[in-house]
Amino acid sequence: MSKPIATVAVCGAGGTMGAGIAIVAARAGFRTICHDVAIEGLDRTLKQTEGFLTKSVERGKMTGADKDAAMSRLSRTTALDDLGVADLVIEAVFEELSVKRALFKKLNAICPDSTIFASNTSTLSITEIAGGSGRDDRVIGLHFCLPAQMMKLIEVSPGIKTSAATLEAAWLWCEKAGQLPVKTQDKPGFILNALLVPFNNDCIRAVEAGVASPEDIDKAIKTGLGYKMGPLELVDLVGLDTQVRLCEAFYPITLDPRAAAPPLLRRMVAAGLLGRKTGRGFFTYNSGKMFGA
Amino acid sequence: MRYSIRQQGESRSFPQGDAFLAAAASDGEVVIYLGVPLETDDTKGAILIELGLECLGVHTGERVGEEGSNVLGFARYRNGGDAPTQLVELVRQPNTRPDAIAAARAVFEASGFVVVVASDQAGRIIDRLVRPKYNAALRFLDEGLATSKDMDLTCRLGLGYPDGPIERVERGGLAYHYDVTAALFAVTGFAAYAPARRAMVAKQRDGA
Repeated sequence: MSKPIATVAVCGAGGTMGAGIAIVAARAGFRTICHDVAIEGLDRTLKQTEGFLTKSVERGKMTGADKDAAMSRLSRTTALDDLGVADLVIEAVFEELSVKRALFKKLNAICPDSTIFASNTSTLSITEIAGGSGRDDRVIGLHFCLPAQMMKLIEVSPGIKTSAATLEAAWLWCEKAGQLPVKTQDKPGFILNALLVPFNNDCIRAVEAGVASPEDIDKAIKTGLGYKMGPLELVDLVGLDTQVRLCEAFYPITLDPRAAAPPLLRRMVAAGLLGRKTGRGFFTYNSGKMFGA
Repeated sequence: MRYSIRQQGESRSFPQGDAFLAAAASDGEVVIYLGVPLETDDTKGAILIELGLECLGVHTGERVGEEGSNVLGFARYRNGGDAPTQLVELVRQPNTRPDAIAAARAVFEASGFVVVVASDQAGRIIDRLVRPKYNAALRFLDEGLATSKDMDLTCRLGLGYPDGPIERVERGGLAYHYDVTAALFAVTGFAAYAPARRAMVAKQRDGA
């Protein structure tokens, strides 16, 4: 049995996902150290966290005292050495294998043997991330859903060498953090993205094949299947460039034709139509109304 | 807009007792064919023929991509044995008359349906898009990626879906999933539509 988890460190806490994970940990009573390379990002995270928790109080989801306690459990640092006190380190840094491996290798020299390393990767192999960390048996995948502070689900994925004790400790931590863990194998995209990325590609190919307009595809999926958001609206939200990156992560590993980036997607990215963030993707957002691209 | 119905046998879109059947007139500007061979009539605003897994061209014939008239296909979407949804997929051809599309849309929307228009391709919109996902989920189940419960929970909690892929395809019927994917695979040849092992088993047991 691993040491009980009392202190959690979040690497990449200056980003959206990392910030959300830090809220989950601090809200659940864990001392939480937010780490990133730039102090500005961490300051922004703490400010946004304060705002999020204040709204939670206003909505009656927590008391003012609970909010103050959660904020008092949060600290920030740009020094990796400060993470030596963590029982669990969750990384949410750039989705690049070499970056994650280098981080865990450095942390292995800083953290005690009992510390568990968790990766929030959505596409990379946990086993590959663990390789070279010096503690393959204490590395596990904890994939949160965006926005982490709102979504209960965590995909828990042990790598080939992850020990049963690590899995048990990580699982227990998820539950104590108020989350709902589901166990998946260490396969590309785990459950969520393995189903979602090819499905979104299929929808893009349907537009390209002239099956229907983006509006009608989304309308059909929402009305027929009861989804809250249409798949093309979702791709616009996530970003068409992000969808390309997901495809580039999946396809070389799976060689599944459905995971390959559709030509239309690449053309739209080349044209700067990246979705909501550029005001136009499959729909346009300039006037707040949606029109077919 | 008045519509009339010519029906033989049970309709998947409008089961017996459906209010849409009861509201039909004896003669209408739009004629709806449910299980009855198509008879063309250019004087009608639109002629709508209910489709199963086949393309509209099976009923109308095709002409080097120039086909189209006042005849449209349609199907009210339902997941196998589930009750029909409010979604009507209209199927058009390259030269389908715009006024016929408008008339068809008006008839269904006046009855409270949500209408989308698809070109005459296998699976229309929904089956074309979701059946490969259900196949993948069934394959993941065989490969031990996760339990069916966890896959379904992940889709409900992680994506906000009302149900997960396994519970949905099971509820609709695995043998029905076989029928749909076999039809799609026959037309497209895409491996993603090849019926999943569990669907094949269900179909074989269905026929046993």
